[in-house]
Amino acid sequence: MTDDVQISCRNIWKVFGADPKGFMSKHNGAPSPEAFQEEGYIGAVRDVSFDVHAGEILIIMGLSGSGKSTVIRCITRLNDPTTGSIMFEGSDLLAANDQEMIEIRRHKMGMVFQNFGLLPHRDVLSNVAFPLEVQGIDLATRLARAQEMVDLVGLGGRESYFPRELSGGQQQRVGIARSLAVEPDVWFLDEPFSALDPLIRTEMQDEFIRLQRMLKKTIVFITHDFEEATKLADRIGIMKDGRMVQLSTPEEMVLHPADDYVAEFARNAPRDRIVSVGAVMEKPNGKARSTRNAISATSKIGEVAEQVLTAAKPVPVVGADGKLAGQLSRERITQALFGSEEL
Amino acid sequence: MSALATEHAANGIKERLLDPQSTLFQAIAVVVVGVVLALLFDWARVWPTEWVVPIKVWISDTFTWLDKQATLGLFTVKQLTRTIAWFLKQPLLWSEYLLWKGARPHQLLPIMWIAFATLAGLIAYRLRGPRIATIVVAAMLGIVILDSAPIIMGSIAKALRVQPLMAPEAIIGISQWPADLLKAMMTKSKVRYVPWVAIVLGFGILGHWVGGWRLALTTVLCMGYLAVTGLWRESMKTFSLVVVAVPFSALLGLWLGVWVTRSKRAAKIITPIFDLMQATPHLAYLVPVVVMFGAGQVPALIATVIFAMPPMARCTILAIQTVPSDITESGRMSGCTPRQLLWKVQLPASQRTLLLGLNQVIMQTLAMVVICSLVGAQGLGHKLLFSLQQLKLGFATMQGAAIVLMAIVLDRITQAYANRASDYSHLEPKSFLQRHAHALLFFAMLAITIIASFYFRDVSMLSKKNLLVNSKDALELDKVIKAYTFAMIDFIRPIRDFITVYILIPIRDFYHLIPWTVTGGVLAVLSYRMGGWALTALTSALMLFVILFVGNWQFAITTFYFVSTALVICVLIGVPLGIWAARSDRVAKVVMSGCDILQTFPSFIYLLPAIMLFRVGELAIITAIVPYATVPAIRYTYLGLKRIPAVTLEAAVANGCTPWQKLWKVELPVAVPEIMLGVNQTIMMGLAMTAITALIGGQDLGQEIYRALPTSDAGRGVMAGLGIASLGIIFDRLIGAWADQRKKELGID
Repeated sequence: MTDDVQISCRNIWKVFGADPKGFMSKHNGAPSPEAFQEEGYIGAVRDVSFDVHAGEILIIMGLSGSGKSTVIRCITRLNDPTTGSIMFEGSDLLAANDQEMIEIRRHKMGMVFQNFGLLPHRDVLSNVAFPLEVQGIDLATRLARAQEMVDLVGLGGRESYFPRELSGGQQQRVGIARSLAVEPDVWFLDEPFSALDPLIRTEMQDEFIRLQRMLKKTIVFITHDFEEATKLADRIGIMKDGRMVQLSTPEEMVLHPADDYVAEFARNAPRDRIVSVGAVMEKPNGKARSTRNAISATSKIGEVAEQVLTAAKPVPVVGADGKLAGQLSRERITQALFGSEEL
Repeated sequence: MSALATEHAANGIKERLLDPQSTLFQAIAVVVVGVVLALLFDWARVWPTEWVVPIKVWISDTFTWLDKQATLGLFTVKQLTRTIAWFLKQPLLWSEYLLWKGARPHQLLPIMWIAFATLAGLIAYRLRGPRIATIVVAAMLGIVILDSAPIIMGSIAKALRVQPLMAPEAIIGISQWPADLLKAMMTKSKVRYVPWVAIVLGFGILGHWVGGWRLALTTVLCMGYLAVTGLWRESMKTFSLVVVAVPFSALLGLWLGVWVTRSKRAAKIITPIFDLMQATPHLAYLVPVVVMFGAGQVPALIATVIFAMPPMARCTILAIQTVPSDITESGRMSGCTPRQLLWKVQLPASQRTLLLGLNQVIMQTLAMVVICSLVGAQGLGHKLLFSLQQLKLGFATMQGAAIVLMAIVLDRITQAYANRASDYSHLEPKSFLQRHAHALLFFAMLAITIIASFYFRDVSMLSKKNLLVNSKDALELDKVIKAYTFAMIDFIRPIRDFITVYILIPIRDFYHLIPWTVTGGVLAVLSYRMGGWALTALTSALMLFVILFVGNWQFAITTFYFVSTALVICVLIGVPLGIWAARSDRVAKVVMSGCDILQTFPSFIYLLPAIMLFRVGELAIITAIVPYATVPAIRYTYLGLKRIPAVTLEAAVANGCTPWQKLWKVELPVAVPEIMLGVNQTIMMGLAMTAITALIGGQDLGQEIYRALPTSDAGRGVMAGLGIASLGIIFDRLIGAWADQRKKELGID
C-alpha cells in the first residue's frame, strides 16, 4: 500500500426524498436521525469520508440497506451525492459535466455488477467489446482487444455464446472481461460474486486474486460477506445505516472492533488467516534470548499454530530485521484463535 | 345460531346507519338529498337543454373557420391540410401500386427518385461521411418534393404576390420531364402489381422463417382464402393502408415514448393525453379528421395512425422502464452517451416488449382501417359495411372471415417474430446459402411468379370463373343463412322480445328515472371512499363536464346502461371461465387460445353474429359487446388466481379448507384486485364497442358520433367522443383506486 491517494471522499451524504438539498441545508448539512424520520427522508449514505489508495483493495461491507451500494454509485456518479466532495485523481469529480463524466467512465473506471448487467442481445465477444465500441474504436481493434480479455478470464471458445446460454459464473467472467477491456485505473466491483453458488463463488474469488496479482488495479469492492471481505481486502470499511462504522485492516477489525456491531461480524471471522503473529505476541521475557526455531512476526497465526501448540515453551518471534521481537505462548495463541473477547 | 348471526348483522347495519362516517349513511344521505332536490326543482331531475354550454357549436364553428378561412400567413389552413394529405398520399399510392393497382411507368418516377437519392446518399456516406450524405439526400428529395407538391409552391407564390412566370408545376420541372418522356414513350405499358401467388407464398416463407412449418401452413391457408374467394383486391386495399399506417404509428409512438421517459415535463403533459386517447372510442377519431381532410383513404390513414399510436408509446415507456438497472448502469459505466444508451442498450435489451407493442399497433391498425370504411376507406371493411347495410349476411360472413383471417395472420407472424427475435442463442457457422435461404427462396419465388403472371393471368389475380368460392356461392350462403334465421326467428323472436321488454327496457327506464343529482351524489361518495378528495374532485369534474358541456346526459345514461348490462353478463361468463381455466391446464390452453383469437378480431366483426341472431335493437347491441369485452375478464381472473403464491394455497389446504372454501375464502379475495383490473378493461372495451354498435341502433353517445359523421359536424362528434371518454375515465379511476387500496391491504405489489 502506498500513500498515493486515488479517490478521496469527504462527508458524503446521499438523501432520498422530495427535496434532499433543501432538507440538508435546513439542518445545516448534518440532519439527525430523528429529523430523517420526522420529515420522511431516507439517508442512504450519511457523512461518509474515506480515501482509496492506488493499488489497494478497499472493501466496503455491510448488510443490505446499509448504503454500501449507494456509496459506490456516488463515486461512479451513477447517483450524484446530495452533499460532500469526491476527488478523483486530484480533480473534483462532482464538478465534471456529463461529457467529462462519459470520458472518465470510458477510460478510467471499470465496473462489475451483481447481476452482471450483460446486454442480452449481444454475444460474449460483442459484450466485452461494447465499452470500446461506444468510444468509436474500429471493429478490428476492439474485437482483438475483446478477444484478449475473453481469453484472460478463461472463456476462450465461447465468444459467440449469448449471456443466457452461460452459467452465472461464466456470465460474471464476461462482466469482468468487459470492465477490464478499457484498462481502467480504478476497478469497481458491486457484490460481484453474491449472485453465485458458494462453490463457484470461491472459484471466482481465486480468479479475482489471480487477476489482481497480474493487473494491480486500485479496487473498490462491495460485499455483504465478511469472509469474502477478509479474504480479499487490504482494508475493510463496515457500513451500518448509511454510516461508515469502522475502516481498517481486517486484522485490526478482528482484534479491535470499534463497536458491538463490528464485533458481531468479526466473531465468525477466520482468525487463523487474518491475525498475524506480531499482533498477538507477548514481550520477550528476560530469560530466553535464543532465536532458534523462531517464527516470523508477519506470518498468520494459523500457519504457526501447530508449531506453537506443540512446543513446550513459548516460541520466539523475530521481526523483519531478523532480531528477536517477542514470543508466543500456547495460552496466548489459543486465546487468539478461539477467544471471542478483545485481546 | 343463525338467528344470532342475523341479529348480529342487523345490529351491524343499524350501527352503520347511524354512523355519519359510514358509506351506507353517506350514500343514503345523498340519495335522499338528490331525490328531494329532484322533486323540488325540474333542473335537478333533467338538466335543461338551454343550460348546456354550447361548446359543440363553438367547436364546429372553429373547425369550419379553420377549414374555410383560417390562414397562417403564407398559406391557408386548408392548403396546409391539403399539403399534409398530399405527403401522406405518396407512400399510400406506392403501396397501392405495389399491392393491387399496378402503375403506369411514369407514376413510379417518385419511387425511382427516392431509390436514386438513397443510392447517392450511400455513395456520399462512403466517400464523404454522414454530413454530406444528409445534405445530398435532403437536396435530392427536396427537389422532388418541391417539384411534386404544386400546392405549396403555388400558394407561396400567391402569398408573396409574385406572378409565377411558369405554371407552379414547372418551377423546377426536373422530375417532371422524364415523367412526360416516359408517358410519351410507353403509354400502353403498365407495371403490374405483385401477383397474389407471390404474396401468399411470401407470407408462407415469412411464416416459416419466424415460426416454422405450422405457421407457414396457417398463413398460406389464411391468405389463400382471400384469393380463392375473390376478395383479393379488397383485401389488398385494406392491407395497403395497414402497410403504410403501421410504420407511421410505430415510429411516432416510439418517439413519444422515449420522450416521456426522458423528460418529466413531457410525461406530465403526454400521459394524461394518452389516458384520454385510450378511453376515447375509435369512432370519435373519425369526425374531426373527416372535417379537416375530407373522406377517403388519406383521412383513414390519418385517423388510423393517431388511433394506433398510443399502445406503441405505452410499450416503449414500459420497455425502457423495465430494463434491469444493472444493464442500464453497465451501459452508463461503459461510457455511453444518452443516445448510445438508448439505441444500443435500452431499446435492444427490451426488444421483446417493443415488438409486442408493434404487434398491438398492427392489430389496432387493422381494426381501425376496417372502421374507417365509415369515412369512405376502401377495402374489406367497406364491402362488409355495405353487405351489413343490405343484410346480405352470406357476403358479410365471407368478408368478415377474410378480415378475421388477415388479423390472425398478422398477429401470429408478429408474435412469432417477437419470440424469435428475443431468442438469443449462438449459431453454428453456416454457409451464405444456409443463412439466407429464406430470402433467396423468396426472391426466386417472386421472379418465377412474376414471369408466370405474364403467361397466366390467374397468377396475378384469379379470374371470376376460377374462384373456388364465387359470388354465386355467397348468394347460396346468403340463402342458407336467411333460411336458417327464418327458421329460427319463431324461436328467437319471442326470447328476444321477452328479454328486451321485460328485462332490458325496465333497466334502461330505471336508469333514466334516476335524477342526475342522485347519480352524482353516489358517484361522489364512492370516489371519496376509494380515493379521497382528489378522486372525488376528478370524477365530479368529469361528470359535470358531461352534463354541462356534452349535454346529452340521457344519451350518456343509455351508454352506461349498455355497458353496465353487458358488464354483468361478461363477469358472469368471464370470471367462472377464468376460475375453471386456473383449475386445469388443459382447460386453460383451450380458453386462453380462444381469448387470443377473440382478441385478434377487429371490433367491427363482432357486429356480425349479433345482427345474424337478433337483427337490430338493444339485445343485438349487448350481444355484440359481450364477446368483445369478456376476454379481459377471463384473462385477468385466470392470471389473478395463477399469481397467488403456492405457499398461500398450501397453507389453506393444510388448514383444512375444502376446495370450495379455498376458492371463496382464500383465492378469490386475494385475486380480487387483479380481477377488478380485468373488469376495468372490460368496461373500457365495452365503451369502445358500444360506440360501434351505433350502426345497429341505440340512442346513446355512439349514435351521436355516428350521426355527426355524414354531416361533418365536428363539435357534435368530438363532444360525444369526449363524453364516452369521460365515462371511461371515471370507471377507470374508481376501479384503479379501489384495486390499489385492496392491494395495499393485502400487501401485494
